[in-house]
Amino acid sequence: MNEMSPDGYTTEDGRKIGGVVMEMRNITLRFGGVVAIKDISFDIREGEIRAIIGPNGAGKSSMLNVISGFYHPQEGEVWYRGARRPAMKPFQVARQGIARTFQNIALFDGMTVLDNIMTGRLNHMSASFIDQALWWGKAQREEVKNRRVAEEVIDFLEIQNIRKTPVGRLPYGLKKRVELARALVAEPSILLLDEPMAGMNVEEKEDMSRFILDVNDEFGTTIALIEHDMGVVMDLSDRVVVMDYGKKIGDGTPDEVRNNPDVIDAYLGVAHD
Amino acid sequence: MPEQLVFAMEVTLNGLMTGVMYSLVALGFVLIFKASGIFNYAQGVMALFAAMTLVGIQDGRVPFAHIINEVLGTDIHYFGWEVPALLAILLTVLVMIGFALFVQKFIFRHLVGQEPIILFMATIGLAYFLEGVSDLMWGSEIRNLDVGLPQGINDTIDQVTFEIFGYGFFIDNLDLWATGIAAVLVAGLIAYAQYTKNGRAMRAVADDHQAALSVGISLNYVWILVWSLAGIVALVAGIMWGSKSGVQFSLSLIALKALPVLMLGGFTSIPGAIVGGLIIGVGEALFEFSIGPLIGGATENWFAYVLALVFLVFRPQGLFGEKIIERV
Ligand SMILES: Nc1ncnc2c1ncn2[C@@H]1O[C@H](COP(=O)(O)OP(=O)(O)O)[C@@H](O)[C@H]1O
Ligand SMILES: [Mg+2]
Repeated sequence: MNEMSPDGYTTEDGRKIGGVVMEMRNITLRFGGVVAIKDISFDIREGEIRAIIGPNGAGKSSMLNVISGFYHPQEGEVWYRGARRPAMKPFQVARQGIARTFQNIALFDGMTVLDNIMTGRLNHMSASFIDQALWWGKAQREEVKNRRVAEEVIDFLEIQNIRKTPVGRLPYGLKKRVELARALVAEPSILLLDEPMAGMNVEEKEDMSRFILDVNDEFGTTIALIEHDMGVVMDLSDRVVVMDYGKKIGDGTPDEVRNNPDVIDAYLGVAHD
Repeated sequence: MPEQLVFAMEVTLNGLMTGVMYSLVALGFVLIFKASGIFNYAQGVMALFAAMTLVGIQDGRVPFAHIINEVLGTDIHYFGWEVPALLAILLTVLVMIGFALFVQKFIFRHLVGQEPIILFMATIGLAYFLEGVSDLMWGSEIRNLDVGLPQGINDTIDQVTFEIFGYGFFIDNLDLWATGIAAVLVAGLIAYAQYTKNGRAMRAVADDHQAALSVGISLNYVWILVWSLAGIVALVAGIMWGSKSGVQFSLSLIALKALPVLMLGGFTSIPGAIVGGLIIGVGEALFEFSIGPLIGGATENWFAYVLALVFLVFRPQGLFGEKIIERV
């Protein structure tokens, strides 16, 4: 089996990639006169790490915003688990099990790290107000479970020592990690990461790469990520979409993309100006 | 103990109790402002409307009787039953939740992302609209509100203080109850915000809309929730003030008392609203007691604003707000 097989394939390092879970069909997104996305189609498979790369302003974040319901394309369709998805609000997309982080970090600055992470569990709370007010069985069990998941993720991302720190006081790199933690506790089936390593030093980048690989490996989470740094992307991802000026100029395995003349042009062009 | 000091103690106590009421009204503002950035000018009219509705339901009045009679040529005013206070309060809560749904669905949902000044203007419109609706539904005459709260001087406090100071404090039972209920309500709201799912969602929305959306919170739902809570707070405030001095238009002016409290406590801080209310309640009572007689009295009308202005000059971010440092 290879990347083209409808039922999926097995990667070189032995991970099983499943069928298509999300598909973008002929997406076009405009802001007034600016065409941020021009007729782009691609798919994301169950269990894979899918990267979107391209120069600044290429439309990568816009694409992630379309997937997560923050932007609504003028043309095209989003297919999720074999069905066409109607126009959805971001909170509805989140409730379908699609979690995300933002390029410019959106945390609750007034809350502690732990409280921030706990908000990621909100959709796993169902106890009624009465249950909660009287602290009855269901509310209690839920809270215990939610706390446990939060603590597991905190351990996993090695942020135990800042659990009680107000998020506003953290350095940039740690904020990015907390944001990832909040997305992870939702136990998403798809995780969308917008430049998770931007602005980080080498060591932080290595940590973040390891976390991303581990999340994918241990929990089988499908990951779509945007990254600027070609090197990092090539190491992490199974397949790569390349965007430039709102258009898709390449799509395939890292090797295929690396040798694609259009991609080379786009990146060299960037390097030259 | 000097006589003046004993009087001052009595004045302080009464000021504290008035202050709790101010806190309560201010809290209604803070709830909505934090979650949506809307300064709700209609908060005072909501208290009036809630109190009018409560009295109307209790007395078994026919809502919109004037219109009905005009159109149908009938002459009905009462259903002929009386509704017990507790049930009437519950029904009024439902009406206030209905009001919250209405406000969100027909007004603010369409104004998402507008400038704060536009949102503020919308609430001014809302205030006059609600005042009109209140008149149409229940009429505009002054009404007695009685939900069975005890009134009159508290004898125990009177006797105890008489034994200690040789002077019995005049503390009204109604004020005591109002303070107690307001305190319970405030504590309940804080616990609600801290521990429940909806409360957590409220805090999240208050902090960052984008982040809240990304964890699956519906902004619309939270906004309906805060308007409902503000409606309930308005009802409680309306009951307290209405029990004291009747339900009439002037009740809606309690909102003006909340403004200096907000200037003092900050528009986004619940503890700020509470402490701010207490400071203003005590401050204006003591000022009227000590300075009032020298300058002809009635200082309550303006003292709170002067205090808040002075405060504003030195701490523009309010009591508990973070210091605002201009980025350059
Ligand atoms: N909310 C928006 N309003 C107007 N223009 C936008 C908006 N979001 C993105 N754009 C425009 O769309 C284009 C693509 O931006 P973006 O998706 O952020 O690119 P990238 O993430 O690849 O750097 C840019 O020209 C940008 O200015
Ligand atoms: Mg971007």
